[in-house]
Formats: sequence, C-alpha cells, structure tokens
Amino acid sequence: MNHDQPPNERVTGAHWLEDRRNVDRLVIALAVACALLFFADALYAKHPYFDIENLFGFYAIFGFVVSAGFVFGALWLRALVMRPRDYYDRDG
Amino acid sequence: MTADLNPGLVLIAGAVLVPLLPVVLRAAWMLLLPAAALALVVSAEPGAHGVLPFLSYDLVTFRLDALGRVFALVFLLATAMSVIYTLHARDPLQQVAGLVYAGAGVGGVLAGDLVTLFVFWELTALASVFLVWARGGDAAYRAGMRYLIVQVGSGVLLMAGVIVHVAGGGSLAFEHIGLDAPGGLAIFLAFGIKAAFPLLHAWLVDAYPKATIAGTVWLSIFTTKLAVYALARGFAGTEILIWIGVAMAVFTVFYAIVENDLRKVLAYNLITQLGFMVTGIGIGTELSLNGTVAHATASVLYQALLFMTIGALMLRTGSARITDLGGLYKSMPWTAAFCIVGAASISALPLTSGFVSKSMVLSALGHEHLFVPWLLLTGVSAAALQFCGLRVPYFAFFGEDRGHRVAEAPASMLAPMAITAFLCIGIGIAPGLLYALLPFPVDYAPYTVAHVVNQMQLVAFSALVFIWLLRGGGYPAALPAENLDVDVLYRKALPAAVGWTMRVFGPLDRGLRAAATGFTRHAIAQLYRHHGPSGTLTRTMGAGNMAFWIVLVLAVYLIIALGAGVEPDTAASAAH
Repeated sequence: MNHDQPPNERVTGAHWLEDRRNVDRLVIALAVACALLFFADALYAKHPYFDIENLFGFYAIFGFVVSAGFVFGALWLRALVMRPRDYYDRDG
Repeated sequence: MTADLNPGLVLIAGAVLVPLLPVVLRAAWMLLLPAAALALVVSAEPGAHGVLPFLSYDLVTFRLDALGRVFALVFLLATAMSVIYTLHARDPLQQVAGLVYAGAGVGGVLAGDLVTLFVFWELTALASVFLVWARGGDAAYRAGMRYLIVQVGSGVLLMAGVIVHVAGGGSLAFEHIGLDAPGGLAIFLAFGIKAAFPLLHAWLVDAYPKATIAGTVWLSIFTTKLAVYALARGFAGTEILIWIGVAMAVFTVFYAIVENDLRKVLAYNLITQLGFMVTGIGIGTELSLNGTVAHATASVLYQALLFMTIGALMLRTGSARITDLGGLYKSMPWTAAFCIVGAASISALPLTSGFVSKSMVLSALGHEHLFVPWLLLTGVSAAALQFCGLRVPYFAFFGEDRGHRVAEAPASMLAPMAITAFLCIGIGIAPGLLYALLPFPVDYAPYTVAHVVNQMQLVAFSALVFIWLLRGGGYPAALPAENLDVDVLYRKALPAAVGWTMRVFGPLDRGLRAAATGFTRHAIAQLYRHHGPSGTLTRTMGAGNMAFWIVLVLAVYLIIALGAGVEPDTAASAAH
C-alpha cells in the first residue's frame, strides 16, 4: 500500500504530529489540563441542582468513571452482538 | 397569492424542473430554490395561510408560528449546503430526490393540519428512499426496501391515528394531541418511528450508512428533525418521553464505541442527540422545549457537517470503515479540520453550537429535579467526547496510517463544510442569534463559570480515558464485523422462523393433505361404484327383471306366511 507514496514525501511533508515526542507532549498537556481542571473546583461558586454536585471534583470524577464504564460496557455488548461481516448476506 | 404557498412546495415544484435544465444552469437553479423558499418564510406573517376546503374541514396548508419557523429556517439553510455538496455526484436523480425530500420536510414543519402533515410525512419517505437506491447494488436496494416499508408504515399509522382522532371528536388542526386523546397513541408511535425511539430505530442505522455519499447528508437532516418537531408540537410534556429520550441517548453510546463503519457510528450518534431532544420534549417546560429546538438546530448543522467530512473521505478512499482509514490528515487537512469542528460541536465543547444547546436540556432536567435522567444524560454528554468527538476524527484522520495518498476533497464539498463549520462555531460564540429564533423567550446564560468549568472537566477526563485506553491497548479496536441491532428480528429471526416453520410443519402438512386427498379419492371411487353409470344403485333395469324380483319377494312372503299359519287374505289385508 505504501509503494505509490511519492519518494520525497518524508522529507518535504513530515508533519509535526509524526514525531512521537510531540504526541507525548500533547498527552502530558492533557494530563496537566485535567489536574488543573480538577483543582479548579476550589475557585468558583457552585450553583448545584443536586447535592452530588457539591462533591469536590464531581464532574471530573464522573466524566472519568462514566466514560470508562461506557467503554467496558461496549466491550461486553460486543461480545454479545458481534457477528461476521457477511452475517446478513448468508442464507438470503 | 404567493404568501399563501407553503414554501416546501417551491422546492418540490422546482426540483421537477432540474433534469430539464441545461447542466450549466442546474446549480444556480437548485440554490435559487431554497433562497426563494426562505424569502417566503421570512416575508410571511405568522398565522394560517393557504386554507383549502376539504370535505367538511378546512386544511391549513401553510401555518407559520415560532416553532415551525425555526425548523423551516434551519432546514432551508441545510438544503442549500446539501445542494452544493451533491454537485460532485452529477446525478440528477439525487438532486431531484434531495430537493423533493427537503421540500417535504419544510412542508411538514409548516403544515397547519394533520392531513397536510400526513401528505408531507409520506412524501419524505418516498423521496428519500431514492437517496439510498441511488447508491446502486443489491445491499442498497434491499436496505431501501426495508427503509421504505418502515417509513410508509409510520405514515399509515399516522393516518389511522388521525382518522380515529377526528372520528373521536378531535380537531384536524395540528396542535397539542397528548396520549389520552382518541388516536393519540397511534400518532405518537408514528412520530416515534421517525424519531427513532428505541426498538423502532433500526431503520436509521440500517439505511443511512448504505445511502450515497451525499444521500446520507440529506437523510441526516430532515426525517428525524421533522419527527422531533411533530413530537414537540403534539406531545410536549408527555412524561414517558423523558425516559424514552434517556434510553435513546444511552444505548446508542455502546454501539457507537464498537462500530467500524464511520457512517454507522454517526448514525448512532444521531440517535444519541435525538435522545436529548426527546427528553426535552418530555420535560415540557419553556426552557426544555427551547433546549430541544436549539439542540435540533445545532444538531442538524454539526451532524450534516460530520457526514459531509466522512463522505469526502469515502469519495477519496472508497471506504468509510475505520479498518480501511487512518493517517489522512496529511492528505486532507481541511476535511480533517472541519471534522474536528463537527466533533467538537457534538461533544458540546464551549464555543461550539452543541454547548449552548445541549446545556439547556440538562439545565431543564436540573430545574425539575429529575436526578436520574440528569445523571444519565450528563454521563452521555461526557462520553460523547470520547465515542464521537475523539473516536471519529482520530480513527478517520489520525491513527494508523494505511498509506492513502489522496487529493483533498473537491471545492464543492469543502465550501459547504466550511460554511457549516463556521455556523457551528458562530452559534457557539454568539448563541443569542439562535436563542432569538426559539419559540419561547429565552432567559438562559450558557456561559457561566460553573457551566464552562464543569463541561471542561467532563470532557477533559473523558479524553483522558480515551488516551489512557488507546495507549494501554485497552480501547476496543474497530473490527470488520456486523454488530447486531434489533433489525436482526426482521432481517434474520423472522425469515429463520418462517423457514423453521416450513421445515417442521411442511412434512406434517404434506402428510395431512395426502391423507385427506386419499380419503376423498376413496370416497369418490366408492360413490362412483355405487352411483356411477354402472353403479348398483343407479343401474337401469329391464321390466322383466323387475317382475322377477317382485315374484320372488311375494314367494318368500307367501312361504313365511304359510309357515306362521296365517291366512293369506288376512296377511294381505294386514300388509295394507
């Protein structure tokens, strides 16, 4: 698949995202942003609708837990519903 | 007189002329149509127009009010974008089908009575199926047939409900209906099919990914939002809608995380977003209904934008499957950038349209102290960043480089993507422009410190999960597979059940029929033997023959009588 690539592409078209170190920097930036956002809870007045929102860092914790939960739930679902790609083409 | 014309009819009538025009004029003509319709909507006075006497009723073919107006405006805007996007196909069939479909959608949201609504409702089905069939091939044909059956079924249910409604003393005018009204449930379910209620949703994820590149963009705009409009008008405050909406938003997340076909991922995302709108309708407060309408408007734009970017990928690489894509940000940087804008909007990042609309529905849940729906939708809102906001652009444009070295999308695709992306951000930055169009006065500030920080916390930590699992290898890899949804019931289980029934009951049926035929044959043979031309009981006999038998009988009779000692005379008189 890579054979039709112009031979000089690596030289002229190298993108900054192709450098693994730059990707690592992005990930570190995200981690720092997460930490800052978590502690930002100390800095503003909350106007909660529900008691649970008063928990320090509620939205951060909830975002993490629920997002991971959906992924693991999806893996479980896939074990249940995944079939071969031609499933509907068989037997008419 | 033109003020009485439903603007949807402008698109429909104009579409018919498209194939007759010289090719060079078509693009201008097709853009003129939504512009003319827009002019009609903007210039019309609120109220009832185009009143037609029908039997003993008055049909209001064009009713303008705040609710219908905002849907019509965003439909027409999206129509113009889709017209430009469809130019690359040079296919008059798609152009006509798209415009008629758009006209039916616009006509539907501006219909003042249930009969007019029904006509446009069915027309959306009939016109849009050609956007699936235009793809060609057996899979598209069969998916189109399934789509058409479900969509027309929704229309039949609507008509049945309307008949019961009117016969039961209800009004033909399309106003609040409610579940308790005569025919209310049938109308509710008819709307529910097009709104992709859970278990009634499979047509959407089945047909949308099988339509043409431009067809999916058209499809993503009208059908489901027409249903949202209809539910908002007919069933606002129907409590069950809160839970239906929550269910729609939650279950689709799981599918979107594992699905391989990006257009199918987006189709599931579309239902997730509809879930927020349906919940807003169920709450039924001014804030929640404003939220629903705002979210429908925002969703039309970013959903179309996302389908446009994936369509551009399909045009260039021939595939929309994650397992075929990756590393395309270098070849298609503009498309990638527009995809990220769409993804940011669907993830409700601050400064995008999704943020200023979705937060209204969540706040409305908070205002009404509906804790469980609020918690679940907040969770979906967080996960949206991960399952759509990051997953779609990452696997399409970044991720593993599969060696595609292709050209950037054509200008006719980039232009509508750019305008739509601009609108997504524009609404995010200046939400007042959107809020001014909403059906109720808006007293809502999306950009409070708490809102912004909380949303950023949700999405940042959701992104952290994505990166953590991706780097750790725990993120579900896209697999070239079919993930079963409820359409397995009619695509596989129903045919299998019919086959099983034939196999099990076929021999029994054949045996029973053979036995019955055998019995009948035997009975006919017996009848023939006794009653046929030479049968014992129907044979004609000669007079001599007859005389012989009578003499014989009399002789026997005489012998018996003599044997019993009875005088023959007496016996004869006794015989009388």
